[in-house]
Parts: sequence; C-alpha cells; structure tokens
Amino acid sequence: MINEFDTIAAIATAVSNAGIGIIRISGSEAMEILVKIFEPYNKKADVYQLENHRIYYGNIKDGEEVVDECIVLIMKGPHSYTKEDVVEIDCHGGVTVVYKVLNLVLKNGARAAEPGEFTKRAFLNGRIDLSQAEAVMDLIDSKNEMARKNSMTQLKGGLSDKIKQLREEIIYQIAFIESALDDPEHYSLDGFPEKLLEEDKKWITIAKEMLDSYDNGRIIAEGIRTCIVGKPNAGKSSFLNALLGEERAIVTDIAGTTRDTLEESVTIDGITLNIVDTAGIRDTEDKVESIGVERAKKEIESADLILFLMDTSVQISEEDIEILQRIRDKKKIILLNKSDKATEESGFEQSALKEYISEETPVISISAKYGDGIDNFIMELKNMMFHGRIDVNQEVYITNARHKDALAKTYESLECVERSIEAGMPEDFFTIDLMNAYEKLGLIIGESVEEDLVNEIFSKFCTGK
Amino acid sequence: MKTVEEYYDVVVVGAGHAGCEAALAAARLGCETIIFTVSMNSVALMPCNPNIGGSSKGHLVKEIDALGGEMGKNIDKTYIQSKMLNKSKGPAVHSLRAQADKDAYSMTMRYTLQNTDHLTLRQAEVTELIVEDGVIKGVKTFSGAIYHAKTVVLATGTYLKARCLYGEVVNYTGPNGLQAANYLSQSLKDNGVELYRFKTGTPARIDKRSVNFDVMEEQFGDEKIVPFSFTNKEEDIKREQISCWLTYTNEETHKIIRDNLDRSPIYAGVIEGTGPRYCPSIEDKVVRFADRKRHQLFIEPEGEFTNEMYVGGMSSSLPEDVQYAMYRTVKGLENVKIIRNAYAIEYDCINPNQLKLSLEFRNIQGLFSGGQFNGSSGYEEAACQGLIAGINAARKCLGKDPVILDRSQAYIGVLIDDLVTKENHEPYRMMTSRAEYRLLLRQDNADMRLTPIGHEIGLIDDERYDKFLLKKEQIEKEIERLKHVNIGANKTVQELLESLGSTKLNSGSTLEELIKRPELNYECLAPIDPDREPLDDDVAEQININIKYEGYIKRQLQQVEQFKKMENKLIPDTINYDEVHNLRTEAVQKLKAVHPHSVGQASRISGVSPSDISVLMIYMEQMRHRK
Repeated sequence: MINEFDTIAAIATAVSNAGIGIIRISGSEAMEILVKIFEPYNKKADVYQLENHRIYYGNIKDGEEVVDECIVLIMKGPHSYTKEDVVEIDCHGGVTVVYKVLNLVLKNGARAAEPGEFTKRAFLNGRIDLSQAEAVMDLIDSKNEMARKNSMTQLKGGLSDKIKQLREEIIYQIAFIESALDDPEHYSLDGFPEKLLEEDKKWITIAKEMLDSYDNGRIIAEGIRTCIVGKPNAGKSSFLNALLGEERAIVTDIAGTTRDTLEESVTIDGITLNIVDTAGIRDTEDKVESIGVERAKKEIESADLILFLMDTSVQISEEDIEILQRIRDKKKIILLNKSDKATEESGFEQSALKEYISEETPVISISAKYGDGIDNFIMELKNMMFHGRIDVNQEVYITNARHKDALAKTYESLECVERSIEAGMPEDFFTIDLMNAYEKLGLIIGESVEEDLVNEIFSKFCTGK
Repeated sequence: MKTVEEYYDVVVVGAGHAGCEAALAAARLGCETIIFTVSMNSVALMPCNPNIGGSSKGHLVKEIDALGGEMGKNIDKTYIQSKMLNKSKGPAVHSLRAQADKDAYSMTMRYTLQNTDHLTLRQAEVTELIVEDGVIKGVKTFSGAIYHAKTVVLATGTYLKARCLYGEVVNYTGPNGLQAANYLSQSLKDNGVELYRFKTGTPARIDKRSVNFDVMEEQFGDEKIVPFSFTNKEEDIKREQISCWLTYTNEETHKIIRDNLDRSPIYAGVIEGTGPRYCPSIEDKVVRFADRKRHQLFIEPEGEFTNEMYVGGMSSSLPEDVQYAMYRTVKGLENVKIIRNAYAIEYDCINPNQLKLSLEFRNIQGLFSGGQFNGSSGYEEAACQGLIAGINAARKCLGKDPVILDRSQAYIGVLIDDLVTKENHEPYRMMTSRAEYRLLLRQDNADMRLTPIGHEIGLIDDERYDKFLLKKEQIEKEIERLKHVNIGANKTVQELLESLGSTKLNSGSTLEELIKRPELNYECLAPIDPDREPLDDDVAEQININIKYEGYIKRQLQQVEQFKKMENKLIPDTINYDEVHNLRTEAVQKLKAVHPHSVGQASRISGVSPSDISVLMIYMEQMRHRK
C-alpha cells in the first residue's frame, strides 16, 4: 500500500552528537502530533493557536516525562518546503535525545519518512523547480537502494529469522480463518479464538522483546563504526580492555553477530563506538590468516573511524607503512602505545609519520597497559565529533527508526487482536489487525504482502467442490 | 454465393452466465443486441455445481442485482434450498448461497432473454472476428453469415478448443458433451490476442435411487429465507426446500485413488492446462493433503424434477472404472449408479492483462469480454463481468464513458482489477480475503453501494430507485434518532439488560451506546424503545450493523480516502515508459504489459515497487508542467 498523503517524520540534520538535531514532520497531522508532545514555555498557550512561521520555546514531553528542551518552528502549508503543514523540532541533547524525540513523534501518529520523501513531496506539490526532477528521481532511486541494503545488512541474522518465523505463524492463522470463512462447512472456528489468543499473547511477548532490544540498541549497530588496526602485539586488545574498563563506559554485546572478528559496542559520554578488532593486514601465504587479512581490509573500508595502534617500543616497520597507506583517506586517530617504555632506545621516530598523515590527524600517546592517555583519547574523540569531523552513517539511524516504528505498529496490532478476541468480536475482525502486523513485519525484512495470503490458503488448506 | 448479413449494435458471443448478463444489459439500455449460443438448450447452463452464491460469490450476486442484473432474480425464482453461511461471524462475511434447480434456472433465463425487447437469441457458432484497423466491425458464423456490430462481447466460457478428459478417454467437446468452438481461437490469435490454456473439472452425477441417505447427515436449508434480489421480500419467494446430504471419503477411497494415479490424465501429463488450486480434484486432495483421513462430500440435488445428484467434493478425471470403484467406497454410495462421469475440461482463455478496466481490449476497439474467457472461474464471477462488459459495450455504442467500479465500491471492482492488473496463472476465484475493504463491501448493503450507479446507468427504473431512496432515508433517520434516545437506569431497563446477559447501567445512556454492546442489538432493545416505528427487517439490519461496527467502518472509510487519492491520479494513455529514467527494467516491462489506468492500479502490479511509483509520479508531474 502506498501512502502518499499521510504524515511523515525524519531527522533532518546529520546525526551526530554535534549540538542541535532537527526533527522534521510534514503532513496534515503535523500539528496534532505537536499538540500531543509539546508543552510551550507559556503553559497556557494553545498549541493549535501558535502562530505560523514563529519559533516557540518549550519542552517535548512523553506523557509527564520531559524528554528535552527544544525550540519548535511551525510552518503551515502551503508556505513550507513541502507545501504541507511542517513542524520542525530543534532539540539539543545529542544523538540519543534526537532519536528519542523522533520515536515519540512516530508513536504519536507519524510514519518514518522514506529516503528522499520530503523532497519528493515538495516536488509533487509543485514546490521544486522542474529542472530538478531528474535529480529528485536519482535521489529516490539511490537512497532507496541504499536503505534496502542497509536494512538487510544491519539486521543481524537472529532478528531476521525471528521475524520470518513470526510472519509465518501469523499468516498461517490468517489463512486458517480465511479458509473457514470461505468454506465454513469444511473448517470450523469453534474454540479457535481461545487458541488464537494464546498464540497472540506469545507473539505480543516476542514483539515486545524485539522492541525492547531496539531500545537497548542491541540489534542494529548504530554508532560510529570503528576499526582498530595495528601489528600483532601492538596492544590492540589491551587498549580495548582499557577502554571497556573505563568506569564511564557502557559495554554492550552485539547479539547475533555473525562475524568472526571481535566486535564490541561501547558508549562513552554519549558517543557510541562499535569497535571491530582486526587481524593484521600484511600479506601472508598462510591461508587462514589471509582470510583474516582480507576481512580486515574490508572492515577498514567500511569503517567511519580508524584507530591505528602503533607499538613505540619497536621501529616503524614496513607493515606499519602499509597500514598507513591503506588508511590514508580515512578519518583516524593514531595511538602511540607503550608510552611507558622509552622510545629513544627503540628507535621509533614519530616524525616519520608526517609523510602519511595530515596535520589534523590526532596523534596521542597512551599506555594501554596502565590506562594512561585514555582520557586524552576520549577528549580527542569528542572533539572530532563536535566539529563534525567524523561522519556517522546516518542511514543506520533512519533505518533503525523505521524498523522500530514498524515493530511498534506490529505490537499495537497484535494488542488490538487480543482486545478483539476478549471482546468476543467475530473472527473475521481478527484478520484485519493480524494482516497489519504481518505487513509491518514485512517492512523490516523488505518483504511485501502481494499474494501471500491466497497462496497460504491454497497450499495449506483443502477447500473446494 | 449469397450470405446472410445483419446489422446490430451489440453482438454477444456465448449465452452462459456472462453472456446472458451482457446481452440483457445491452438490450435494456436500448441497443439492438444479438446473442449467440452453440445450443438453445445450454443457455445459462450450470455444467458444474448446482448452486449460486456462497462465500464472496453471494456478494457478487447481490451486487449484480443492485446494479440491475438478472442473476439474483433468476435464482430467487428457481432455488430449491437457501442458506446464509457464516451467520455467527461478522456481517462482512455473511454469505448467501442457494441450491438451484438447474433446468429451471436455465429455462427461466432463456425465457427472460427471449422476452426482452431489442434482444435476439440465436443458435450458431461464431468462428471469426471482423476487425478493421484495430476496430471491431462484427463477427462471422460457421455458416458464413456476417453480423455487423458496433461492439462485440466475447463470453465463450470453457468452449474454446475445449476437450473433456477422464482416464484415457478424450472427448473434443465443451462441457456436458456440447459442441466445442474450435475456430474462434485462431481468429483471436490472428488479431494478436494472447491465449492461455486453463483447466477445471467436475464430479460425477449419480442416480438418487441408488443412494442410501439413511447413513448420511441431512443438510437443511434456513428457515428464514433471504432473497438474492433486493426487489424480493421473503414472502415473495418462500417455498418448501429440498435437502442436501453429507458423507465422507475414507482410507479405502484414498487407496484406490493412489493406486490408479498413473491413469489420471493430469498425473500422466496428458493435460497441459493450469487448474485451480482452490478447487482440487479428489486426486489432488489425496496427494497434496496426504495426512487427511477423510474428505467431506456433499450430495446435492440437481433439481426438483430429476434424479441426478451432484457429488460435491469429489471432482476427478480418473478412468470410468476407477470412478465406479472409488465412489462405491463412500458410505451411502455402496451401490451407486453413475449417470454422468466426472471429467476434467481444458479450454482456451485470454491473458486478461490485455483488457482495460472497462473490459474492452486495449488493442481492439469495441471488443469486450467477460467470464471464464477472461480466466476466471465460477458462475457468479462470470455473470458480474458479463454485466460490466455488456453495460460498457452498450455505452460505447451510445457514446458514453465506460462504467468502472473500483476496489472500494464493489467485489466486482476487486475482481476486475485483479484480473486486469495482476498476474493470473489459474482460473480466478473470488474470495472475501481479496477485498481490502471487506467491511464496507457487505452483501447486505450492496444496494446502498450500487443501486444509485445502476439507476444512473439506466438499469434500475425510477420505481425501484424511489423505494431504495426511501429505505436509505429510513435507515439514516432511525440511526440519528437512536443517538438521541436517552435511557435512564430505571427498573425496566435494568431488568431487560440483566435478562439479556448485559451489565446494568450506572447512569443514563443512549440507545445507540447500548446497541454497541456485543451482547445487545437493535432488535432486542425494542421493549425499552416505545417510540420506535415498525421497520422492515433489511432496514433494521442496516441500522444494527452501522451502529455496532461504526468504529471499524470509519477506519476503513479513512483507508478508502487514501486509496482514492492514488486511484484518481490518472496515467495518460500516451505515456512512454521507456522514457522514464530510473524506472527499473522489470517495472518498465510490467507497466507496459498492463498499461495501468491510474497510479493506484500501477502500484498493485507485482514487480512494481514503491520507489518505482515515486519515480513514475515525479515523471508524470514533470510531463504535466511541460505541456
């Protein structure tokens, strides 16, 4: 089903911990949603009556809980970018808060926007110059492709299987109901609601678990994809342990990871790093090792940030140079490890690095073993974030929000089924909400509904003359 | 050599359920119409199951009637048993089904055709289409006669190059041994029409006197008769009903079938056509649902004045001797005598993607088609297409725009949209689950949805329309009144509620609120509603449903609003999909094949993704500005 005219929302700024994040809402329900979540500084003000093209200060609230202080800009259609009612919420609490506000907006009736959807609406509503049509089409095309890929790759194996299983169970029950409605003299629904209720409750629990795991960030690798590289024995593991051992660090296991590489997610002062520890990248004859090396090269390719650990207790080697060349164009921090050991004796010449790195690239001395210099590293990291020097893969956040939206709606639909059963509604009413749940789950794994139901009925149930 | 040459507005080819509706509609709209049948004895023939209606099919019949078609009236005149299915379920899936007296059904319809002004019924086989520059000009018959026409409706059913099979036996005939139409397929191909080959099947007919009914379960009709036609009241059509009987296959039956599978033309690979998955033969059931110990069978009378009975649930194309053996394993059929063998039938039909939503061929102007010829199955599916094809063929003659029902208006709209838009690899059957706005498309409100349209078309006369308006007004007035009738928590009220198993009132309420309670309804609250005026059952039913399911109905209405927006974005006929950059190749191919009428229709084509639709919309916007 194509929804061209509902209300959509997305994060309009680059998702980073930099200062302000803007959530943009567009569509006929934009104001209604704002009313539900915004409390103006002047508490007596009626949100519906707030003036067009003005900025208001107040709180975003989820029920009684204040989520963030923010500034709200109201642009009523047709005097807006999309020519629809548009509301922008500027919040300033960093990634987590921006994300939280977006989810709140979605919960209150908006749909997570598809890639390029604001621009598309602007165009279709006659806002954008005709000459830009091709560009808009390109945008939709490429962004959708990207979102699709992201959607699939970000789903860790376990979740995708769980959703598939859930969908199979749901469609089976729908098909049963429909077969019984289609051929009531053949399939009886006596006692069925009780059985369905049991199933439905089980599904609700599963949906809830999945929803919660989205909140805990355990499913989608959001955050900065960070790759630690360095020669064996450069101290990568010790550094990782030192980082994870920080009192401030919140360490999360990423469930269902299929990679062999060690992967950890650590959040420090609101910045989440997804850290992959790689094998070395030197050329090798060893078959097993060469697979590891290939993988390491790929990890470097896809990382947002490289942490290059250099062992200062030995001379700079050819292998180090090779790594430096490979990460030349990546955002990186060079960590000079083993600062506890004197470098004069080792012959490590820091000045030799200049040839391979720009002046902006931070070089920090640390001792992974004793935890020295970790503070400096964290400060530098924050510094880079706030100056926008690290690009976070924004699609991850967007996909994440969309998935969560779909799961929340699945959950709601399953709850509706429960209520319908308990209220003693006729069976055909259950299928309306069951089908919704099936469809929403499909969005997460990129599958549409099409002829699924008819196929299920024909293949699983025996009807006919 | 001199040939017969005649001139008509509309020619209808085939007098089955689609053809009859098409011809009647065209003639009633004032077009000079001729309808051809291969045999005068096969008008509105029911060559398979002896009933009309059933789940979702009952909806179609009600819709046909609401638009001014004939099927509902004809079955009301000739039914021998009537049943409302799914009565314990929601109102959207209540489905009316009637057993027909097959001969009476057929003769009554023939009588109607023969006594309709502007309509000629003619026995002859149409062998050729006359097409000039992509425009239909008429048809030619086997004898060489030429019938000029402004428009033609093809409703050839299962007759095109038909062959019937059981075991090693192959008959090159249409259903029931009737003459097949062996020439028209070639003419269609010559005119660039893409054909499919489908198959279907039917069970044996048995002699009533050889059946032991004592060991079967009797299946009665309903006491309360609901007519199919909105023009009839219960008392107009009430009659004594004839029972059906329920029995079962068993392990022995299944063993015989399994042992003889190699002699089935389907399993032996003789049949090329694609059969319907929803209507499997008994061989299919035994193979595909191997774990089932038994399958139920309905023994249904074929009419009042015949001993033939239909063995519902046991269609087959196994050889004659196997048929005898397997039927005789069934409880009550131990000594059964077969009157007609079960058989499978194979026939040519078209890929309906070649049609517009008006059921006119995209590439042959003035040529329309309906029924099994379009790849559907079932009498009701056929009839409703015939009706629409006939209406639009007539309107074309009259210079009027076609009538197109959409998915939010009628099951007919769903059916035609599915056929024309989606890929269809088996005979298409209607199902309530195919209708996304099922709660709105109920059988009980078909008149509310469609009678105004039927009136505008000209198939519903003023008298019937005025009655309809009165009914509508009564419903609206009464619903409004119920909203304002306040009910206090007095003793009478509390006692009534208690007796109906409902919670007592704490404070005042309205009648409307009380009706919404699952255990209550409009009817049962009459004792505490002294001002109520007497209303007909069907009016009361509308009031009850509209109040009880108001929330759900509103939700679907909102969805319909969204749906309409996409349906109203029309795609210009001149669009060149090759020019639309960024459209994926698969989408271009599919869009070219279907040539959708609107963006909404385009979005339902399998293989066209939401981002293709976005791209298409932007392209259309661009085009609009360039003009």
